[in-house]
Amino acid sequence: MEIFLQQLINGVTLGSIYGLIAIGYTMVFGIIGMVNFAHGDIFMLSTFIALILFLALTQILGVSSVALSFVLAMVAAMALTSLWSYMLERLAYRRLRKSFRLAPLISAIGASIFLSNLVYVLQGPRNRPAPSLFDAVIKVTHGGGYDVTLSAKQILIVLVTALLLAAFWVVVQKTPLGRAQRACAQDMRMAALLGIDVDRTISFTFVIGGALAAVAGVLYILYYGVVNSGDGFIPGVKAFTAAVLGGIGSLPGAVVGGLLIGLIETFWAAYISSDYKDVAAFSILAATLVFMPSGLFGRPDVEKV
Amino acid sequence: MIATDSKVLLSLRGVKAFYGNIAALKGVDLDIREGEIAALIGSNGAGKSTLMMTIFGDPRAREGVISFDGRDITSMPTHAIARLGLAQSPEGRRIFPRMTVFENLQIGAAIGDPRYFDASLERVYAIFPRLKERSGQSGGALSGGEQQMLAIARALMNRPRLLMLDEPSLGLAPLVVKQIFEAIADLNRREGLTVFLVEQNAYHALKLADRAYVMVNGLITLSGPGRDLLAMPEIRAAYLEGGR
Repeated sequence: MEIFLQQLINGVTLGSIYGLIAIGYTMVFGIIGMVNFAHGDIFMLSTFIALILFLALTQILGVSSVALSFVLAMVAAMALTSLWSYMLERLAYRRLRKSFRLAPLISAIGASIFLSNLVYVLQGPRNRPAPSLFDAVIKVTHGGGYDVTLSAKQILIVLVTALLLAAFWVVVQKTPLGRAQRACAQDMRMAALLGIDVDRTISFTFVIGGALAAVAGVLYILYYGVVNSGDGFIPGVKAFTAAVLGGIGSLPGAVVGGLLIGLIETFWAAYISSDYKDVAAFSILAATLVFMPSGLFGRPDVEKV
Repeated sequence: MIATDSKVLLSLRGVKAFYGNIAALKGVDLDIREGEIAALIGSNGAGKSTLMMTIFGDPRAREGVISFDGRDITSMPTHAIARLGLAQSPEGRRIFPRMTVFENLQIGAAIGDPRYFDASLERVYAIFPRLKERSGQSGGALSGGEQQMLAIARALMNRPRLLMLDEPSLGLAPLVVKQIFEAIADLNRREGLTVFLVEQNAYHALKLADRAYVMVNGLITLSGPGRDLLAMPEIRAAYLEGGR
């Protein structure tokens, strides 16, 4: 029971991170119908940006407040990663949008390889350690010689995720930009007829997706403490799995899918095999695609005309 | 009701458009004057809907000139054309199915001045009270007639200078058709709104139109006051066979 509780806590933490990344996949798919394979690397990029900025702030500029440095690094990582995501769409995808369906996909794979190699060249092949922050641990309960703990990091990760998702939800549901985003996802030509600048709306989608992935990156390095240039791939594919499981194109689906993948992965590692924990996520991807292609919250492609 | 010498709002000269290599419009000339109701009739596949979309640059005219209010809009992006004050209720209505009726109207007002939103909303609810009752329902759950009302209302939310309607009567019960045509006539009479109407339902359209155009195979073959066309035997034979 104690192990179960502990894994539940760990799973929700990990799932929050996957959920944040998954939103980027699902939004982009929802609006232009492509899988942005470079999204995982955007997430990886933000971990490096945040790490470098955090170290610069605390070590070089001598900012003494860890919390302040953390927030500054996160905000700057969000801004720079969004910019990258924006540029990616502008340079690598926009011109291919009216081409054959595979073209932007291939371009995305190219962009993914480019970005992970760029970081590899700039930062080297080794794992980069991050300073350990927010180390406080709360003992939740004790039983069977086993402490169930909840760390400050975990609380922070879940809180930041919840807050960000709430803000994101308000933006998409209640603001004119969010409305334009949803309109374009449903019928791009009609949105244009109503005067909505479709290109700008797509850019906005990439910016939002990039910002959320950036926060996921910051939380990821806070949680795991190390990162290297190859770390975009596996979390990226898992978040993509989360988006597919939740029903690609569905925003609540991405969040629920993220949590589920996080939980499944942690429980698999705890009860079955930690060596094969990645297999769990990929089996789910395969099973979802075969048996339930529209996912948990996806809608079948039929619409009343 | 209209002065035939009023200003030309929309003009097309020699407009050609293609789907791939197939010519859909083969050199269309057409004028719509401020304050009038213009109708375009023609059989299925004549190119009527293509013409409506070509005016909005989607597909883009490959030859010819389209101008609105004296301004060349031939190569403008679609959203920029809409921002000049053209609005369209397109073929197939294209309601956003996963948005509520209210959100559909909000998105219709996306480029309008937010200060006039409430007034615009009251105006379309006054024309189509049914939409007010349904404001919280999702667009996909509406009946065909309600969707048509919503498509017209959505087009009105930006307070356009030219309202373009593609087959507003398609698939609707006669009573609803009557209601929609009355609403259009009323908007034109009371607010001087310029309307460009595409119809297969030629009888209603011609009766309403100050000026009408007949399109055959991507070309305008005939034009004149709606009532004159309505009286012509060849029009009656071709478009009003068994007509009401």
